[in-house]
Amino acid sequence: MAKMVAITGNEAVANAFRQINPDVCAAYPITPATDLMQRFAGYVADGEVDTELVLVESEHSAMSACIGAAAAGGRVATATSSQGLALMWELLHIASGDCLPIVMPVVNRALSAPLNIHGDHSDAMYCRDTGWIQLWSENAQEAYDNAIMAFRIAEHMDIRLPVMVNMDGFIISHSIETMEFLDDKKVKDFVGEFKAVNPLLDLDNPKSYGPLILTDYYHEYKRLQHETMGRVKDVVISVSKEYAKLSGRSYDLFDSYRLDDAEIAIVVLGSAAGTAKDVIDEYRDKGIKAGLMRPRLFRPYPYLEVADALKHLKAVCVLDRSDSFGGYGPVFMEVSSALYQLGGGPKLFNKIYGLGGRDFMPSQVEEVLNELGEIASGSPIKLVKDYLGVRE
Amino acid sequence: MADTKTSFRLKELSKKENLLESGHRMCSGCGAPIVVKQILMASEYPLVASNATGCLEVSTCISEYTAWKIPWIHTAFENAAATLSGVEAMYRAWKKQGRLDKDVKFIAFGGDGGTYDIGLQSLSGAMERGHDIVYVCYDNGAYMNTGIQRSSATPLGANTTTSPAGKVIPGKTQQRKDLTRIMAAHNIPYVAQGSPSHWRDLMTKARKAIAVDGPAFLNVLSPCNRGWRSATDDAILLARLGVETCYWPLYEIEDGKLSINFKPKEKKSLEEFMKPQGRFKHLFAPENASVLAELQAGIDREWNRLLAEAGEESK
Repeated sequence: MAKMVAITGNEAVANAFRQINPDVCAAYPITPATDLMQRFAGYVADGEVDTELVLVESEHSAMSACIGAAAAGGRVATATSSQGLALMWELLHIASGDCLPIVMPVVNRALSAPLNIHGDHSDAMYCRDTGWIQLWSENAQEAYDNAIMAFRIAEHMDIRLPVMVNMDGFIISHSIETMEFLDDKKVKDFVGEFKAVNPLLDLDNPKSYGPLILTDYYHEYKRLQHETMGRVKDVVISVSKEYAKLSGRSYDLFDSYRLDDAEIAIVVLGSAAGTAKDVIDEYRDKGIKAGLMRPRLFRPYPYLEVADALKHLKAVCVLDRSDSFGGYGPVFMEVSSALYQLGGGPKLFNKIYGLGGRDFMPSQVEEVLNELGEIASGSPIKLVKDYLGVRE
Repeated sequence: MADTKTSFRLKELSKKENLLESGHRMCSGCGAPIVVKQILMASEYPLVASNATGCLEVSTCISEYTAWKIPWIHTAFENAAATLSGVEAMYRAWKKQGRLDKDVKFIAFGGDGGTYDIGLQSLSGAMERGHDIVYVCYDNGAYMNTGIQRSSATPLGANTTTSPAGKVIPGKTQQRKDLTRIMAAHNIPYVAQGSPSHWRDLMTKARKAIAVDGPAFLNVLSPCNRGWRSATDDAILLARLGVETCYWPLYEIEDGKLSINFKPKEKKSLEEFMKPQGRFKHLFAPENASVLAELQAGIDREWNRLLAEAGEESK
């Protein structure tokens, strides 16, 4: 029987880890992800899992130990946020380059300076080119569901790549929501046995991991990584379909909300989508055809599917909870690239919102929808990139 | 505990498989592959190795070719210990789950840059956590792989590309960091200094370090003719002079007890170790006599401290 609970995102994902019982977890505390791994440490201490928990002295070592453990041959997970993810950055490329299926919830948080512990998407966005698959979650339920699916996606024999499961710091990680847990057995059966590929611990067949490859083959190797990423989309779809049968919850490459007959739409990641959906409902009641796209799979980015889902719109605003100083927001850049291939398509602009945990308010959604309405009716775009909810 | 008493006989060792296969691309005359070969040959257990980025790593596993006959992993520069701690943790998981019967041991190799400097935190953390791993530093006294830059293992006065012997500054202006003592301060079961010139001593230490249940650290002098500006065939000679001048004392700390493994009958002057090395050439100019004296004083002070700690009298 599925169990309804009132729980935080961190607790939910820690519980997913308990149900999955990874072979090795290496972790280091950082707000707001700390709470996730400390709850998991409690499961270890109580013997509810038999995971080898390696409590390292930095996130750099956490990811190094995860890579060592995954290469040794087993199921490996960790979690981090912000500066911790930034410190891991060097190793993220190595985890993906070595095809190691590590699962890492990233409890998204702003980056210093100035120091800020609250939620935004800067940490994961600045790691979008590390070769990791990125799944994004709207709420604790999806963070839990994504965490479970992440193991199946990462370990799929067609890809074998590490996966980040993103959830908004504090908003998802620390807010209590009503959600549903699957039975332990169902989760265990769904995730299945780990299948090791070229494990270091196969002593009879010694393998070398991490060679030096220079101008002769590096270029081919990197193209291979891109080709592998090309297979991820189908794996995500098939794993999500299988999970839907198990859980009754369907997930796609992105969440389309009242999008099919919409004329204007917002594209937004994570928890802000919930706020935006409420306001979109109000506008629909007023007869305004508004819709929303919430990306779930951000790496690899499903350009063709996004273009197809947005092509009929008159105007689209992409909201970014991270910035590229001197450039456009990262989600905007992807949507823009996707739509350009259409040779036409909706008018497009970008709003940066919610940096460092700044509240995302329904009034901001109204502001965006009103501007979308004007632009859809023929008004020019004033600023391609602008800031929402910023104090002048 | 495995048998560490049996002495190593060349006749028997010559029959053992070399686990770091020839054909690798280390420079001719390099000390590091000799050190690795001796250590791997000493093991009574199957080994899995981790390697910090550096000369040994870039020269032994290139594209499809590997010189390693044991499982081997390189991830980055500063994290050979953390990487290996993950491998060892997975081994414990496999053992717990009954997926592996064999007793396996784990060994990391890093140069002094990857160990004394950028990898010190990772090493310290792995030692503190008590993983059953051996960390071997092959100390050639500078960042040789990037072209002879000073590290915290570079001796006072040495000429490197970032501590050049200039018109005003005569080489490196700081003394070396004593990493072996830092590792001993972790109160791990086994810490030792070795040299490939004293191969039986080094192999005995490697065997002990590998066999011990828990973390162990070996600091091994590894001559580099490119960086030391010495003759290509002088690696073992220089390593021996390093020991005989007490520049590189051979000692071990077992469960906190320090023993000196080699006491020269007559401690040679440090100059005998330094003279064949171009990196010290400028120190023999009259105006740098004080640097030379300071170096010798540092070596004497350290040697006397070791003697005192081992409960032996200084000469």
